[in-house]
Amino acid sequence: MATEPYFVIPAKPGSSTVTITFEGRKIVVPAGISVAAALLAGGVGVFRTSIVSAAPRAPFCMMGVCFECLVEIDGISGRQSCMVPVTDGMAIRRQEGSSALDVSEGAKDDV
Amino acid sequence: MQRTDMYTHREKRLTIVGGGLLGAAIGYGAAKAGAEVTILDQGDNALRASRGNFGLVWVHGKGTTMPPYVDWTLQGLRLWPEFQEELLNRTGVDSGLENPGGFWLGFSEAEVEKRATALEGINKNGTKVPFEILDRSDLRNYLPGIGDAVVGGSFCPLDGHANPLMLLRALHMGLNQLGARVVNGVTVTDIQHDAPDGRFVAVADDGTRWSGDRIVLAAGLGNASLASHLDIHAPVLPTRGQVLITERLQPFLHYPTNKCRQTKEGSVQLGSTAEDTGVDDGTTSDKIEWLVRRGVETFPALADAKLVRAWGALRPLTPDGYPIYQESERFPGGYVVSSHSGVTLAASHAELLGPWVSGLTQTPPEFTSFRGERFLDTDSSFSNGY
Repeated sequence: MATEPYFVIPAKPGSSTVTITFEGRKIVVPAGISVAAALLAGGVGVFRTSIVSAAPRAPFCMMGVCFECLVEIDGISGRQSCMVPVTDGMAIRRQEGSSALDVSEGAKDDV
Repeated sequence: MQRTDMYTHREKRLTIVGGGLLGAAIGYGAAKAGAEVTILDQGDNALRASRGNFGLVWVHGKGTTMPPYVDWTLQGLRLWPEFQEELLNRTGVDSGLENPGGFWLGFSEAEVEKRATALEGINKNGTKVPFEILDRSDLRNYLPGIGDAVVGGSFCPLDGHANPLMLLRALHMGLNQLGARVVNGVTVTDIQHDAPDGRFVAVADDGTRWSGDRIVLAAGLGNASLASHLDIHAPVLPTRGQVLITERLQPFLHYPTNKCRQTKEGSVQLGSTAEDTGVDDGTTSDKIEWLVRRGVETFPALADAKLVRAWGALRPLTPDGYPIYQESERFPGGYVVSSHSGVTLAASHAELLGPWVSGLTQTPPEFTSFRGERFLDTDSSFSNGY
Protein backbone atom coordinates (compact mmCIF):
# COMPACT_ATOMS: atom_id res chain seq x y z
CA MET A 1 0.00 0.00 0.00
CA ALA A 2 1.30 3.47 -0.87
CA THR A 3 2.44 5.47 2.14
CA GLU A 4 3.12 8.68 0.23
CA PRO A 5 0.89 11.12 2.13
CA TYR A 6 -1.86 13.01 0.29
CA PHE A 7 -1.63 15.71 2.92
CA VAL A 8 1.37 17.66 4.18
CA ILE A 9 1.49 19.72 7.33
CA PRO A 10 4.03 22.53 6.79
CA ALA A 11 6.67 22.64 9.49
CA LYS A 12 6.68 25.81 11.54
CA PRO A 13 10.12 26.83 12.72
CA GLY A 14 10.51 26.22 16.43
CA SER A 15 7.23 24.26 16.83
CA SER A 16 7.31 21.16 19.01
CA THR A 17 6.55 17.63 17.82
CA VAL A 18 5.20 14.42 19.35
CA THR A 19 5.75 10.82 18.33
CA ILE A 20 2.79 8.52 17.86
CA THR A 21 2.52 5.02 16.42
CA PHE A 22 0.04 3.60 13.91
CA GLU A 23 -0.02 -0.20 13.79
CA GLY A 24 3.42 -0.02 15.43
CA ARG A 25 4.93 2.38 12.88
CA LYS A 26 6.36 5.58 14.38
CA ILE A 27 5.12 8.89 13.03
CA VAL A 28 6.50 12.26 14.16
CA VAL A 29 3.88 14.99 13.96
CA PRO A 30 3.38 18.57 15.13
CA ALA A 31 1.96 18.85 18.66
CA GLY A 32 -1.61 20.04 19.04
CA ILE A 33 -3.12 18.62 15.86
CA SER A 34 -5.84 15.96 15.73
CA VAL A 35 -5.07 12.26 15.43
CA ALA A 36 -6.90 12.20 12.08
CA ALA A 37 -4.79 15.05 10.68
CA ALA A 38 -1.63 13.39 12.02
CA LEU A 39 -2.43 10.04 10.42
CA LEU A 40 -3.35 11.61 7.07
CA ALA A 41 -0.10 13.57 7.06
CA GLY A 42 1.70 10.38 8.08
CA GLY A 43 0.50 8.58 4.97
CA VAL A 44 -2.25 6.46 6.52
CA GLY A 45 -4.97 5.67 3.97
CA VAL A 46 -7.23 3.13 5.65
CA PHE A 47 -8.39 4.16 9.13
CA ARG A 48 -11.01 1.48 9.60
CA THR A 49 -13.11 -1.08 7.78
CA SER A 50 -16.87 -0.74 7.42
CA ILE A 51 -18.98 -2.69 9.90
CA VAL A 52 -21.46 -3.53 7.16
CA SER A 53 -19.31 -4.28 4.11
CA ALA A 54 -15.72 -4.44 5.42
CA ALA A 55 -14.86 -1.76 2.83
CA PRO A 56 -11.90 0.51 3.67
CA ARG A 57 -12.73 3.90 5.18
CA ALA A 58 -10.96 7.20 5.83
CA PRO A 59 -11.91 10.57 7.35
CA PHE A 60 -14.55 12.56 5.51
CA CYS A 61 -15.85 15.49 7.57
CA MET A 62 -12.94 16.14 9.97
CA MET A 63 -15.39 17.76 12.39
CA GLY A 64 -16.94 14.97 14.47
CA VAL A 65 -20.02 14.25 12.42
CA CYS A 66 -19.46 11.42 9.95
CA PHE A 67 -17.84 8.73 12.15
CA GLU A 68 -15.70 7.58 9.18
CA CYS A 69 -12.36 8.21 10.97
CA LEU A 70 -12.81 5.73 13.84
CA VAL A 71 -9.62 4.15 15.19
CA GLU A 72 -8.44 2.39 18.33
CA ILE A 73 -6.42 4.74 20.56
CA ASP A 74 -4.43 3.37 23.51
CA GLY A 75 -6.60 0.27 23.64
CA ILE A 76 -9.94 2.03 23.39
CA SER A 77 -11.76 1.19 20.19
CA GLY A 78 -14.16 3.24 18.11
CA ARG A 79 -12.74 6.68 18.83
CA GLN A 80 -13.31 9.61 16.51
CA SER A 81 -9.75 10.46 15.52
CA CYS A 82 -10.67 13.90 14.21
CA MET A 83 -11.83 14.91 17.69
CA VAL A 84 -8.82 13.69 19.69
CA PRO A 85 -5.58 15.73 19.91
CA VAL A 86 -2.33 13.80 19.58
CA THR A 87 -0.19 13.16 22.67
CA ASP A 88 3.33 11.84 22.83
CA GLY A 89 3.52 8.04 22.79
CA MET A 90 -0.07 7.54 21.68
CA ALA A 91 -0.56 4.03 20.24
CA ILE A 92 -3.13 3.94 17.46
CA ARG A 93 -4.49 0.94 15.61
CA ARG A 94 -6.85 0.49 12.70
CA GLN A 95 -10.50 -0.12 13.70
CA GLU A 96 -11.54 -3.41 12.12
CA GLY A 97 -15.34 -3.59 12.00
CA SER A 98 -17.36 -2.93 15.13
CA SER A 99 -16.10 -2.73 18.68
CA ALA A 100 -16.57 -5.71 20.95
CA LEU A 101 -17.58 -5.60 24.60
CA ASP A 102 -16.13 -8.11 27.02
CA VAL A 103 -19.13 -9.76 28.67
CA SER A 104 -17.25 -12.73 30.08
CA GLU A 105 -17.93 -13.52 33.73
CA GLY A 106 -16.27 -11.15 36.16
CA ALA A 107 -14.96 -8.92 33.39
CA LYS A 108 -16.49 -5.78 34.85
CA ASP A 109 -17.77 -6.66 38.29
CA ASP A 110 -15.87 -3.76 39.78
CA VAL A 111 -17.92 -1.14 37.95
CA MET B 1 -63.70 -11.16 11.97
CA GLN B 2 -66.88 -11.85 9.97
CA ARG B 3 -67.02 -10.50 6.46
CA THR B 4 -70.07 -8.38 5.75
CA ASP B 5 -71.43 -7.45 2.34
CA MET B 6 -69.04 -6.37 -0.40
CA TYR B 7 -68.34 -2.78 -1.25
CA THR B 8 -70.59 -0.56 -3.17
CA HIS B 9 -68.43 1.71 -5.29
CA ARG B 10 -69.38 4.93 -3.60
CA GLU B 11 -68.16 3.70 -0.20
CA LYS B 12 -64.62 2.94 -1.23
CA ARG B 13 -62.89 6.25 -0.61
CA LEU B 14 -61.15 6.05 2.76
CA THR B 15 -59.38 9.03 4.31
CA ILE B 16 -56.88 8.38 7.11
CA VAL B 17 -55.66 11.28 9.22
CA GLY B 18 -52.14 10.38 10.33
CA GLY B 19 -49.35 8.55 8.50
CA GLY B 20 -47.45 7.12 11.48
CA LEU B 21 -47.19 3.43 12.30
CA LEU B 22 -50.89 3.25 13.12
CA GLY B 23 -52.31 5.14 10.15
CA ALA B 24 -49.86 3.58 7.70
CA ALA B 25 -50.58 0.01 8.90
CA ILE B 26 -54.34 0.50 8.76
CA GLY B 27 -54.07 2.17 5.37
CA TYR B 28 -51.92 -0.67 4.08
CA GLY B 29 -54.47 -3.26 5.22
CA ALA B 30 -57.37 -1.24 3.82
CA ALA B 31 -55.67 -0.75 0.46
CA LYS B 32 -55.01 -4.48 0.27
CA ALA B 33 -58.70 -5.07 0.94
CA GLY B 34 -59.61 -2.83 -1.99
CA ALA B 35 -60.22 0.58 -0.43
CA GLU B 36 -59.11 3.75 -2.20
CA VAL B 37 -56.86 5.09 0.52
CA THR B 38 -55.73 8.67 1.06
CA ILE B 39 -53.45 9.27 4.04
CA LEU B 40 -53.09 12.84 5.27
CA ASP B 41 -49.77 13.15 7.06
CA GLN B 42 -48.36 16.18 8.85
CA GLY B 43 -45.10 17.90 7.99
CA ASP B 44 -41.64 17.55 9.47
CA ASN B 45 -42.64 19.44 12.61
CA ALA B 46 -45.12 16.71 13.63
CA LEU B 47 -44.76 14.98 17.01
CA ARG B 48 -43.92 11.60 15.55
CA ALA B 49 -44.23 8.89 18.18
CA SER B 50 -43.46 6.27 15.52
CA ARG B 51 -39.95 7.63 15.14
CA GLY B 52 -39.21 7.29 18.84
CA ASN B 53 -40.61 3.81 19.37
CA PHE B 54 -38.31 1.48 21.34
CA GLY B 55 -39.08 -1.39 18.94
CA LEU B 56 -40.27 -4.13 21.26
CA VAL B 57 -42.79 -6.67 19.96
CA TRP B 58 -44.07 -7.60 23.36
CA VAL B 59 -46.89 -9.13 25.36
CA HIS B 60 -45.65 -10.29 28.75
CA GLY B 61 -46.68 -7.98 31.53
CA LYS B 62 -49.26 -6.16 29.41
CA GLY B 63 -52.98 -6.17 30.12
CA THR B 64 -52.98 -6.64 33.91
CA THR B 65 -56.26 -4.78 34.17
CA MET B 66 -57.81 -5.58 30.78
CA PRO B 67 -57.95 -9.25 29.71
CA PRO B 68 -59.22 -8.52 26.16
CA TYR B 69 -56.04 -6.53 25.54
CA VAL B 70 -53.93 -9.58 26.37
CA ASP B 71 -55.75 -11.64 23.73
CA TRP B 72 -55.56 -8.78 21.24
CA THR B 73 -51.80 -8.51 21.79
CA LEU B 74 -51.29 -12.29 21.53
CA GLN B 75 -53.16 -12.24 18.24
CA GLY B 76 -50.89 -9.39 17.09
CA LEU B 77 -47.80 -11.45 17.84
CA ARG B 78 -49.22 -14.46 15.97
CA LEU B 79 -49.83 -12.40 12.84
CA TRP B 80 -46.44 -10.64 12.85
CA PRO B 81 -44.09 -13.23 11.23
CA GLU B 82 -46.28 -13.69 8.16
CA PHE B 83 -46.81 -9.94 7.93
CA GLN B 84 -43.05 -9.36 8.07
CA GLU B 85 -42.59 -11.85 5.20
CA GLU B 86 -45.30 -10.21 3.14
CA LEU B 87 -43.90 -6.70 3.62
CA LEU B 88 -40.41 -7.92 2.79
CA ASN B 89 -41.58 -9.69 -0.37
CA ARG B 90 -43.66 -6.75 -1.51
CA THR B 91 -41.20 -3.95 -0.77
CA GLY B 92 -37.77 -5.50 -0.26
CA VAL B 93 -37.58 -3.64 3.08
CA ASP B 94 -36.79 -5.74 6.13
CA SER B 95 -38.72 -4.63 9.22
CA GLY B 96 -36.21 -6.60 11.25
CA LEU B 97 -38.59 -8.79 13.25
CA GLU B 98 -36.81 -11.22 15.57
CA ASN B 99 -38.74 -13.13 18.22
CA PRO B 100 -36.33 -15.18 20.32
CA GLY B 101 -38.30 -14.36 23.49
CA GLY B 102 -37.77 -11.37 25.75
CA PHE B 103 -36.59 -10.67 29.29
CA TRP B 104 -37.89 -8.30 31.91
CA LEU B 105 -35.12 -7.55 34.43
CA GLY B 106 -35.58 -6.52 38.07
CA PHE B 107 -33.18 -4.84 40.47
CA SER B 108 -34.72 -6.06 43.77
CA GLU B 109 -36.35 -9.20 45.18
CA ALA B 110 -39.48 -7.21 45.92
CA GLU B 111 -39.69 -5.97 42.35
CA VAL B 112 -39.28 -9.51 40.95
CA GLU B 113 -41.90 -10.90 43.34
CA LYS B 114 -44.35 -8.18 42.36
CA ARG B 115 -43.68 -9.04 38.72
CA ALA B 116 -44.34 -12.76 39.31
CA THR B 117 -47.64 -11.98 41.05
CA ALA B 118 -48.71 -9.66 38.23
CA LEU B 119 -47.90 -12.25 35.54
CA GLU B 120 -49.80 -14.97 37.43
CA GLY B 121 -52.70 -12.55 37.82
CA ILE B 122 -52.87 -11.94 34.07
CA ASN B 123 -53.28 -15.65 33.36
CA LYS B 124 -55.94 -16.03 36.08
CA ASN B 125 -58.16 -14.06 33.75
CA GLY B 126 -58.14 -17.00 31.35
CA THR B 127 -55.43 -15.92 28.94
CA LYS B 128 -52.32 -17.97 28.34
CA VAL B 129 -49.14 -15.93 28.30
CA PRO B 130 -46.25 -18.34 28.87
CA PHE B 131 -43.60 -17.01 31.24
CA GLU B 132 -40.84 -18.10 33.55
CA ILE B 133 -39.31 -16.38 36.59
CA LEU B 134 -35.53 -16.64 36.74
CA ASP B 135 -32.83 -15.72 39.23
CA ARG B 136 -29.58 -14.05 38.30
CA SER B 137 -27.64 -17.25 37.64
CA ASP B 138 -30.44 -18.58 35.38
CA LEU B 139 -30.46 -15.25 33.56
CA ARG B 140 -26.71 -15.42 32.94
CA ASN B 141 -27.20 -18.56 30.86
CA TYR B 142 -29.17 -16.44 28.38
CA LEU B 143 -27.72 -12.99 29.02
CA PRO B 144 -23.98 -13.33 29.62
CA GLY B 145 -22.47 -10.24 31.16
CA ILE B 146 -25.48 -9.28 33.22
CA GLY B 147 -24.52 -7.21 36.28
CA ASP B 148 -24.86 -8.07 39.95
CA ALA B 149 -27.46 -5.32 40.30
CA VAL B 150 -29.91 -7.54 38.42
CA VAL B 151 -31.57 -9.78 40.99
CA GLY B 152 -33.87 -11.74 38.72
CA GLY B 153 -36.32 -11.41 35.93
CA SER B 154 -39.06 -12.90 33.82
CA PHE B 155 -38.90 -14.47 30.38
CA CYS B 156 -41.61 -14.93 27.77
CA PRO B 157 -40.79 -17.00 24.67
CA LEU B 158 -43.28 -15.07 22.50
CA ASP B 159 -41.63 -11.68 22.80
CA GLY B 160 -39.21 -10.05 20.41
CA HIS B 161 -38.31 -6.82 18.66
CA ALA B 162 -38.29 -5.11 15.28
CA ASN B 163 -36.94 -1.94 13.67
CA PRO B 164 -39.64 0.76 13.96
CA LEU B 165 -38.11 3.02 11.31
CA MET B 166 -37.74 0.26 8.75
CA LEU B 167 -41.27 -0.94 9.52
CA LEU B 168 -42.61 2.55 8.88
CA ARG B 169 -40.64 2.72 5.64
CA ALA B 170 -41.87 -0.71 4.55
CA LEU B 171 -45.49 0.29 5.23
CA HIS B 172 -45.13 3.50 3.23
CA MET B 173 -43.49 1.68 0.32
CA GLY B 174 -46.27 -0.90 0.48
CA LEU B 175 -48.90 1.85 0.44
CA ASN B 176 -47.27 3.32 -2.62
CA GLN B 177 -47.21 -0.02 -4.43
CA LEU B 178 -50.86 -0.65 -3.58
CA GLY B 179 -51.81 2.66 -5.18
CA ALA B 180 -52.65 4.46 -1.95
CA ARG B 181 -52.07 8.20 -1.84
CA VAL B 182 -49.98 9.68 0.97
CA VAL B 183 -50.09 13.47 1.20
CA ASN B 184 -47.53 15.18 3.42
CA GLY B 185 -47.73 18.57 5.07
CA VAL B 186 -51.46 18.41 5.84
CA THR B 187 -52.53 19.47 9.33
CA VAL B 188 -56.19 18.56 9.75
CA THR B 189 -58.09 20.83 12.12
CA ASP B 190 -61.74 20.02 11.39
CA ILE B 191 -63.94 17.14 10.23
CA GLN B 192 -67.20 17.93 8.44
CA HIS B 193 -70.09 15.54 7.79
CA ASP B 194 -72.45 15.22 4.86
CA ALA B 195 -71.00 18.32 3.25
CA PRO B 196 -71.85 19.04 -0.41
CA ASP B 197 -68.41 17.69 -1.38
CA GLY B 198 -68.40 14.49 0.65
CA ARG B 199 -69.75 12.34 3.45
CA PHE B 200 -66.64 13.03 5.53
CA VAL B 201 -64.46 16.02 4.75
CA ALA B 202 -61.16 16.56 6.54
CA VAL B 203 -60.39 20.27 6.55
CA ALA B 204 -56.75 21.36 6.86
CA ASP B 205 -55.44 24.48 8.59
CA ASP B 206 -54.79 26.05 5.16
CA GLY B 207 -58.41 25.52 4.15
CA THR B 208 -57.82 22.58 1.78
CA ARG B 209 -60.59 19.96 1.87
CA TRP B 210 -60.14 16.20 1.59
CA SER B 211 -63.35 14.29 1.04
CA GLY B 212 -64.09 10.59 1.42
CA ASP B 213 -66.80 8.07 2.20
CA ARG B 214 -65.08 6.86 5.35
CA ILE B 215 -62.57 8.41 7.70
CA VAL B 216 -60.10 7.13 10.27
CA LEU B 217 -58.50 9.37 12.87
CA ALA B 218 -55.05 7.92 13.58
CA ALA B 219 -53.52 11.26 14.47
CA GLY B 220 -51.70 10.28 17.67
CA LEU B 221 -51.90 13.17 20.10
CA GLY B 222 -54.04 15.01 17.54
CA ASN B 223 -56.89 12.61 18.24
CA ALA B 224 -57.50 14.36 21.57
CA SER B 225 -59.03 17.33 19.77
CA LEU B 226 -60.16 15.70 16.49
CA ALA B 227 -62.15 12.77 17.93
CA SER B 228 -64.93 15.00 19.23
CA HIS B 229 -65.82 15.78 15.59
CA LEU B 230 -66.90 12.13 15.37
CA ASP B 231 -68.61 12.34 18.78
CA ILE B 232 -65.98 10.04 20.30
CA HIS B 233 -64.15 10.66 23.57
CA ALA B 234 -60.37 10.21 23.14
CA PRO B 235 -58.48 11.88 26.00
CA VAL B 236 -54.97 11.08 24.70
CA LEU B 237 -52.08 12.69 26.57
CA PRO B 238 -48.33 12.85 25.90
CA THR B 239 -45.81 10.93 28.00
CA ARG B 240 -42.23 11.60 26.99
CA GLY B 241 -39.78 8.77 26.53
CA GLN B 242 -36.07 9.46 26.13
CA VAL B 243 -33.87 6.77 24.65
CA LEU B 244 -30.16 6.40 23.90
CA ILE B 245 -28.27 4.49 21.27
CA THR B 246 -24.68 3.28 21.24
CA GLU B 247 -22.22 2.75 18.45
CA ARG B 248 -22.62 -0.52 16.59
CA LEU B 249 -21.12 -3.33 18.64
CA GLN B 250 -20.41 -6.97 17.95
CA PRO B 251 -23.43 -9.09 18.93
CA PHE B 252 -23.48 -9.91 22.65
CA LEU B 253 -27.12 -9.43 23.67
CA HIS B 254 -29.20 -12.05 21.92
CA TYR B 255 -32.57 -11.25 23.51
CA PRO B 256 -34.44 -7.98 23.87
CA THR B 257 -34.98 -6.81 27.45
CA ASN B 258 -37.21 -4.15 28.97
CA LYS B 259 -34.15 -1.98 29.69
CA CYS B 260 -32.05 -2.38 26.57
CA ARG B 261 -31.88 -4.30 23.32
CA GLN B 262 -29.22 -4.81 20.68
CA THR B 263 -30.45 -4.16 17.17
CA LYS B 264 -29.71 -6.38 14.20
CA GLU B 265 -27.24 -3.71 13.08
CA GLY B 266 -25.35 -3.96 16.38
CA SER B 267 -26.21 -0.74 18.20
CA VAL B 268 -27.62 -1.01 21.72
CA GLN B 269 -30.73 0.98 22.46
CA LEU B 270 -31.25 2.00 26.08
CA GLY B 271 -34.65 3.07 27.21
CA SER B 272 -36.76 4.56 28.28
CA THR B 273 -38.04 7.30 30.53
CA ALA B 274 -41.67 8.17 31.22
CA GLU B 275 -42.10 11.87 31.85
CA ASP B 276 -45.00 14.21 32.04
CA THR B 277 -43.54 17.19 30.19
CA GLY B 278 -46.38 18.35 27.98
CA VAL B 279 -45.57 18.61 24.29
CA ASP B 280 -41.79 18.93 24.77
CA ASP B 281 -40.03 16.04 22.98
CA GLY B 282 -36.48 17.14 23.83
CA THR B 283 -33.74 15.44 25.82
CA THR B 284 -32.28 16.30 29.23
CA SER B 285 -28.86 15.48 30.67
CA ASP B 286 -30.26 14.18 33.98
CA LYS B 287 -32.43 11.57 32.23
CA ILE B 288 -29.63 10.60 29.85
CA GLU B 289 -27.41 10.06 32.89
CA TRP B 290 -30.13 7.98 34.59
CA LEU B 291 -30.52 5.77 31.52
CA VAL B 292 -26.76 5.31 31.21
CA ARG B 293 -26.42 4.42 34.89
CA ARG B 294 -29.23 1.88 34.64
CA GLY B 295 -27.79 0.42 31.44
CA VAL B 296 -24.34 -0.02 32.96
CA GLU B 297 -25.83 -1.60 36.10
CA THR B 298 -27.68 -4.04 33.85
CA PHE B 299 -24.68 -4.82 31.64
CA PRO B 300 -21.44 -3.48 33.22
CA ALA B 301 -19.53 -3.96 29.94
CA LEU B 302 -21.69 -1.18 28.45
CA ALA B 303 -19.43 1.24 30.35
CA ASP B 304 -17.00 0.79 27.44
CA ALA B 305 -19.59 1.49 24.73
CA LYS B 306 -19.79 4.90 23.10
CA LEU B 307 -23.15 6.63 22.93
CA VAL B 308 -23.87 8.23 19.59
CA ARG B 309 -27.32 9.73 20.01
CA ALA B 310 -30.14 10.53 22.43
CA TRP B 311 -33.66 11.50 21.52
CA GLY B 312 -37.08 12.03 22.97
CA ALA B 313 -40.54 11.24 21.67
CA LEU B 314 -44.07 11.54 23.00
CA ARG B 315 -46.18 8.44 23.56
CA PRO B 316 -49.83 9.17 22.78
CA LEU B 317 -51.27 7.51 25.87
CA THR B 318 -54.84 7.04 26.96
CA PRO B 319 -55.46 7.30 30.74
CA ASP B 320 -55.31 3.49 31.18
CA GLY B 321 -52.66 2.89 28.52
CA TYR B 322 -54.96 0.66 26.44
CA PRO B 323 -56.10 1.53 22.94
CA ILE B 324 -59.22 3.15 21.60
CA TYR B 325 -60.70 1.39 18.56
CA GLN B 326 -64.16 2.75 17.94
CA GLU B 327 -66.60 3.47 15.14
CA SER B 328 -68.79 6.50 15.65
CA GLU B 329 -72.44 5.68 16.32
CA ARG B 330 -73.58 9.15 15.36
CA PHE B 331 -71.45 9.19 12.18
CA PRO B 332 -71.09 5.58 10.91
CA GLY B 333 -68.03 5.18 8.72
CA GLY B 334 -66.01 7.43 11.03
CA TYR B 335 -63.43 5.72 13.24
CA VAL B 336 -61.03 6.72 16.01
CA VAL B 337 -57.91 4.62 16.63
CA SER B 338 -55.38 5.43 19.35
CA SER B 339 -52.59 3.08 20.39
CA HIS B 340 -49.00 3.59 21.46
CA SER B 341 -48.05 0.00 20.54
CA GLY B 342 -47.58 0.68 16.86
CA VAL B 343 -44.86 -1.94 16.48
CA THR B 344 -46.27 -4.80 18.59
CA LEU B 345 -49.68 -4.42 16.98
CA ALA B 346 -48.61 -3.52 13.43
CA ALA B 347 -49.82 -6.77 11.88
CA SER B 348 -53.22 -6.58 13.62
CA HIS B 349 -53.64 -2.97 12.68
CA ALA B 350 -53.05 -3.86 9.03
CA GLU B 351 -54.77 -7.22 8.71
CA LEU B 352 -57.71 -6.73 11.09
CA LEU B 353 -58.31 -2.98 11.44
CA GLY B 354 -57.67 -2.32 7.73
CA PRO B 355 -60.69 -4.33 6.53
CA TRP B 356 -62.73 -3.17 9.55
CA VAL B 357 -62.44 0.54 8.81
CA SER B 358 -63.16 -0.27 5.16
CA GLY B 359 -66.55 -1.57 6.25
CA LEU B 360 -65.75 -5.14 5.21
CA THR B 361 -65.83 -6.76 8.64
CA GLN B 362 -68.05 -6.33 11.67
CA THR B 363 -66.82 -4.78 14.89
CA PRO B 364 -65.32 -7.60 16.99
CA PRO B 365 -67.29 -8.05 20.25
CA GLU B 366 -64.16 -7.48 22.38
CA PHE B 367 -63.85 -3.95 20.99
CA THR B 368 -66.51 -2.84 23.50
CA SER B 369 -63.56 -2.79 25.94
CA PHE B 370 -61.70 -0.35 23.71
CA ARG B 371 -64.32 2.39 23.56
CA GLY B 372 -63.36 5.88 24.65
CA GLU B 373 -66.40 6.34 26.93
CA ARG B 374 -64.69 4.22 29.56
CA PHE B 375 -62.81 7.35 30.56
CA LEU B 376 -66.05 9.20 31.29
CA ASP B 377 -66.85 6.88 34.22
CA THR B 378 -66.31 9.15 37.20
CA ASP B 379 -66.17 6.17 39.59
CA SER B 380 -63.05 4.80 37.89
CA SER B 381 -59.46 5.87 38.28
CA PHE B 382 -56.83 5.07 35.68
CA SER B 383 -53.13 4.37 35.47
CA ASN B 384 -51.42 4.08 32.13
CA GLY B 385 -48.76 1.63 33.28
CA TYR B 386 -45.93 4.09 32.78
